[in-house]
Amino acid sequence: MAKVDLNRVSMPKQEPEVRAGNFNEVALGYNAEQALYEANRCIQCPKKLCVGGCPVDVDIPDFINAIREGDMPEAVRILKGKNSLPGICGRVCPQETQCEEVCSLGKKGAPIAIGRLERYVADWELAQGEMEKPQIAKATGKRVAVIGSGPAGLTAAADLAKMGHQVTLFEALHVAGGVLMYGIPEFRLPKRVVQTEVDYVKSMGVDLRLDFVVGKTMTIDEILKDGYDAVFMGTGAGLPMFLNIPGENFNGIYSANEFLTRTNLMKAYLFPEYDTPIKRGRRVMVIGGGNVAMDSARCALRLGADEVYIVYRRSEVELPARREEVENAQEEGIIFKFLTNPKRFIGNDQGWVVGAECYEMELGEPDESGRRRPITKEGSEFMLDVDTVVIALGTTPNPLVPTTTKGLDVTKRGTVVADEKEGKTTKPGVWAGGDVVTGAATVISAMGAGKRAAASIDEYLGQQGG
Amino acid sequence: MLYKIMSRETLVPNNHLFKVEAPAVARKARAGQFVVIMIDEKGERIPLTIADWDREEGSITIVFMEVGVTTRKLAQLKAGDSIANFIGPLGEPSHIEKFGTVVCVGGGVGVAPIFPIARALKEAGNKIISIIGARSKDLLFWEDRVREVSDSLTVTTDDGSYGRKALVTEPLKELLEGAEKIDRVVAIGPAIMMKFCAKTTEPFAVPTIVSLNPIMVDGTGMCGCCRVEVGGETKFTCVDGPDFDGHLVDWDLLFARQRIYIDEEKHAMECACGEVASHG
Ligand SMILES: Cc1cc2nc3c(=O)[nH]c(=O)nc-3n(C[C@H](O)[C@H](O)[C@H](O)COP(=O)(O)OP(=O)(O)OC[C@H]3O[C@@H](n4cnc5c(N)ncnc54)[C@H](O)[C@@H]3O)c2cc1C
Ligand SMILES: Cc1cc2nc3c(=O)[nH]c(=O)nc-3n(C[C@H](O)[C@H](O)[C@H](O)COP(=O)(O)OP(=O)(O)OC[C@H]3O[C@@H](n4cnc5c(N)ncnc54)[C@H](O)[C@@H]3O)c2cc1C
Ligand code: FES
Repeated sequence: MAKVDLNRVSMPKQEPEVRAGNFNEVALGYNAEQALYEANRCIQCPKKLCVGGCPVDVDIPDFINAIREGDMPEAVRILKGKNSLPGICGRVCPQETQCEEVCSLGKKGAPIAIGRLERYVADWELAQGEMEKPQIAKATGKRVAVIGSGPAGLTAAADLAKMGHQVTLFEALHVAGGVLMYGIPEFRLPKRVVQTEVDYVKSMGVDLRLDFVVGKTMTIDEILKDGYDAVFMGTGAGLPMFLNIPGENFNGIYSANEFLTRTNLMKAYLFPEYDTPIKRGRRVMVIGGGNVAMDSARCALRLGADEVYIVYRRSEVELPARREEVENAQEEGIIFKFLTNPKRFIGNDQGWVVGAECYEMELGEPDESGRRRPITKEGSEFMLDVDTVVIALGTTPNPLVPTTTKGLDVTKRGTVVADEKEGKTTKPGVWAGGDVVTGAATVISAMGAGKRAAASIDEYLGQQGG
Repeated sequence: MLYKIMSRETLVPNNHLFKVEAPAVARKARAGQFVVIMIDEKGERIPLTIADWDREEGSITIVFMEVGVTTRKLAQLKAGDSIANFIGPLGEPSHIEKFGTVVCVGGGVGVAPIFPIARALKEAGNKIISIIGARSKDLLFWEDRVREVSDSLTVTTDDGSYGRKALVTEPLKELLEGAEKIDRVVAIGPAIMMKFCAKTTEPFAVPTIVSLNPIMVDGTGMCGCCRVEVGGETKFTCVDGPDFDGHLVDWDLLFARQRIYIDEEKHAMECACGEVASHG
């Protein structure tokens, strides 16, 4: 056997100077030759550690083998057998901490680029134009309401439909997809990819009801009374957190949710062709260190900012964002200000933000999260002149559904109480999963929760009889 | 999904009434709530108060004033046309109970949202004293509807072309100074009018409810665009309101935040007007 190349095939990308000025996808994807070369690096080890690293148990060595053998339809089938949203996961999953982290090759060199191969397979299918329809079981006559069309809801809806249940998917916004549509930007996850996956779920007979705010248009109790046999709640963690420091409501200060929603969902970068405006700041400060902060900063840059700062209170090693996205941001010229925390915002007489007074920070002992606790250096205040601020501190679940649903317990953090294995909540007939249970997490963990809940709901409906 | 415009009417120049088919919204609508609409897939999401509803017919009535691109485009739609998105009912309903004597003040396009609130308060057993105002006679609408749900009604115009020549705050002040005990005031209209109504009632310590109208996006508590400060605390208007205690509102902050996109709005209007001109 030929010696294994210890380096992975690098991802073709738009050049940093070019991409910083457009919203097109940054990573261009492997071509057939690159995919084959990368697939051939897989040693098909018997341990299959990668499968264990995948939250939805994709048969990774098998789909890679299908690529090697040139049997792309088979690769699609294997992948989609476990993951109905491969085009999305291939692009945004943190493979480096999941399947790729445990890859046997990783001990000697670079692990197989599983995510890139997954995307390659999904894109191949998309390019064929026609999707293979999944097998739908005989109709059971049971009705299930799925609330929220993010990855958790889409996965649960798809699985339940395949099992033969009649599924209605309720979504508050005017498009389906959740964070995949309103949060993650076009240049990282093209909306046509999400739309294709949503259409695929609809093709299984799922009835999508947009513009439907559960808790307002109808409560869960009313939905249950309306003849639904079970409810799955995948409403995400959509409530933005603010810093609660002086000056936070000045004009020009956005939550990341608003900034990204205007930009991605409402397409404000195409204003005035699209009607929703956004402030195109020149000096933008983004507060936070996760994927949301990286996405906000890179959107601000593409909207035409001269300087974009990411202000993070810990140091580079603690950044929770995916490594790949941090590197992309750095290449594009985003300026990182580590160990920095805002104290207050300064405004002008028109109510517009003109600056932020910040503290320098230092790292102390590890806290509950295991990361070293940031400590304010007293007397270290300095000013940063900015005209736009984006606060990307994280999100918690929106209380709209819990507060209107009798018997649904929530934790102190506002997350819905549900058992991890099956997603059962404290209310009979109601399941929950995804960010609404875990707090802001990942696409794949939300999908995993949707899958497990679907199986549990199916079992419950089976016991109920017809 | 498409939401059909069942009928439409121009109430007064630049102010239009639409009856829209939206049975799910109509089933739950209550006084004080609003909808978020989007005309088409390139449109902006804008909030409009529910001015009335018919649960049997499955319709919602909205009344809006043409002020910018979206409301202008909306005004061009005809009966039988559809709106792409119509979401609601959003926000907390107005607090309705028997307070005693309630003064309901409506200014300009705010006369429409004050109507269902006055009606609900009347049904709850309150004595309703209404004051509605407009810049001039030709901009005044729904005098008859408001009169129907009020025990007494005062009409004011800025220029004196109809009713009393005054701002709505003048008769309001007189009522507060008068013999009758006023238990509550509800004021809806332009932000500046609501501010001065609140300032008028403050010395009399009469609870005063205003319905705030900051810029919104989702209308469900997801973005924080609609944040206002009430009693020193940040609130999201779309889920915590839109009704708030007028004496505690930071009005200057509201005014500033309403102007965030003033340059963009002007630019959009110029582009839109150019388009209309070039297309015929
Ligand atoms: C900017 C950003 C970047 C991210 N990047 C990554 C990444 O690179 N990789 C990764 O793995 N994860 C990433 N994440 C996290 C990931 O997107 C989420 O963990 C995931 O989307 C959670 O899925 P969900 O289905 O639980 O909820 P969501 O995706 O939040 O979907 C919930 C849906 O429910 C709807 N809803 C809410 N309330 C109601 C209601 N009352 N009635 C009806 N519908 C309702 C919402 O409108 C929404 O459509 C990112 C998140 C953000 C915000
Ligand atoms: C809860 C609530 C209820 C409302 N009810 C009514 C109503 O019943 N009738 C009515 O005529 N108007 C109502 N408004 C105001 C209405 O939403 C705005 O007039 C409308 O959005 C203007 O959009 P435009 O594109 O035509 O004008 P633009 O030129 O875009 O803006 C004109 C002004 O309207 C405001 N505005 C702009 N965009 C928004 C937005 N997305 N959300 C809120 N305000 C915005 C701004 O202060 C701006 O300066 C309400 C607002 C709120 C918050
Ligand atoms: S409009 Fe987005 S939170 Fe109120």
